[in-house]
Amino acid sequence: MSNSIIESGNVAAALAVQLARAEVIAAYPITPQTPVTEKLSELIAAGKMDAEYVAVESEHSAMAVCIGAASSGVRAFTATSSNGLLYMSEQLHWAAGARLPIVMCVVNRAIGAPWSVWNDHQDAISQRDTGWIQIFAKDHQEIIDMTLKAFRLAELVHIPVMVNYDGYYLSHTYMPFEPPDAERVDAFLPAYAYKHALTPERPESLNTVTLPDARLDVDGIKRGGYMDIRHNLHEEMGKSIEVWEEIDQEFQALFGRGGHPVIDPYRCDDADVVIVAMGSMANQFRVVVDRLRQDDGLKVGILSLQMYRPFPSAIIAEALQSARHVMVYEKGLSYGNQGALYGDIKSALYPFPARPRLHNFIVGLGGRAIPTESLYQTMKTACEQDLQTPSAQADAPQWIGLQL
Amino acid sequence: MPDSRFKILTSASTSGPGDAGRTGSWRVERPVIDMSRCIPAKSGKPACHLCWLLCPDNVVSKEIEPAIDLEYCKGCGICAQECPVQAISMVPDADFLEGADSE
Repeated sequence: MSNSIIESGNVAAALAVQLARAEVIAAYPITPQTPVTEKLSELIAAGKMDAEYVAVESEHSAMAVCIGAASSGVRAFTATSSNGLLYMSEQLHWAAGARLPIVMCVVNRAIGAPWSVWNDHQDAISQRDTGWIQIFAKDHQEIIDMTLKAFRLAELVHIPVMVNYDGYYLSHTYMPFEPPDAERVDAFLPAYAYKHALTPERPESLNTVTLPDARLDVDGIKRGGYMDIRHNLHEEMGKSIEVWEEIDQEFQALFGRGGHPVIDPYRCDDADVVIVAMGSMANQFRVVVDRLRQDDGLKVGILSLQMYRPFPSAIIAEALQSARHVMVYEKGLSYGNQGALYGDIKSALYPFPARPRLHNFIVGLGGRAIPTESLYQTMKTACEQDLQTPSAQADAPQWIGLQL
Repeated sequence: MPDSRFKILTSASTSGPGDAGRTGSWRVERPVIDMSRCIPAKSGKPACHLCWLLCPDNVVSKEIEPAIDLEYCKGCGICAQECPVQAISMVPDADFLEGADSE
């Protein structure tokens, strides 16, 4: 950590975008994302970054500008939070369907109503089916590293990438982290080239009305219809997992950090009970795991999920198979059903006859505090009861920390 | 550069007649050019050609007597609207069906 600095998570994100030499930034400020955009506009105004900052009137326009920039072969970046992310939702589907390699930081915040500026994951969870790759960072070093790797991934697979990190817990806290060396970043992340980049010399129509059936184009070449194009997006999102792993290996060779791009297990090898969580909560759980092992002799581990879409079903199933119980803690849910992550994990484990018992916990919505002590007590109580709850009850999410 | 393992299917096309299929079947009215009024036809010179320029489907030929490819003409009527000498009229396609009433 020789070159490490102490800064906020939002500054870590902005520095990654500067290092990535993004050429167009279009963003609309929203708490807790605002400092990312402020830092980027400062860097551009000070001549420390050669980019166009487009001040837009809404998040919908922010994504539209990024779509335009990426379509003309320019590296584009935006950032948002919460209701801002929802306001650009229509354009998110568009960016993915158009296969534009845009990178966006989402500083996770609860969704209104009622109005809340505090952290949870419902914003990102609600956009999980847009066709964007979604990754979650759990500390400042991961924010800067993942954002750089996100540009590489997006441009290799031509699918936009959303880098998520927790509002306040990560965005506004200060932590030491090491910004990657700029020359090595240039070697790691070559200039962006888009195969359909719009130029006056080679005019093309992009994403116009696309018929249900495949068709012959003006040159007599067979072109996919809507369903073929969408199927290709689905297939190639799945294949992006291995590309993400390869990128992580290259990054590790250049910068010495990485090794856990998809899942980051902590003390899971011999664990009877594995906790699954995303974002900063996964780091918080490491303390809980250490204490449960040391004070109570319980074999517990925490598995941090770093990549949420595409969902790494096979990797998760392999990691969780030998546990007796899996406890999924999440800050978002599919209302009227259960935790979205819980449902995904359950579905990944379904093919395995010896699958572990699953338990779902909803925590921290709208910034409700998640005291480490309460995580410890919840886990201890659950383990001491040997998790013998009837199956139907175990499947319903348990809400932790309710006050009414 | 994109990874060679990825096909990256997108809906991108070079515009031209037939890019959206045989769109002539969409048509309700067809443009009919009165060559006695049409500027290039009347003058015998490659002039005007606004119908060729403004056709969104590139189905009008840039000839002394402009021809319209009815296989792909959707019948939008832009050429009739824009023609400076009102040489193009939109006629119901039904009139050209075999057995159509001729009054």
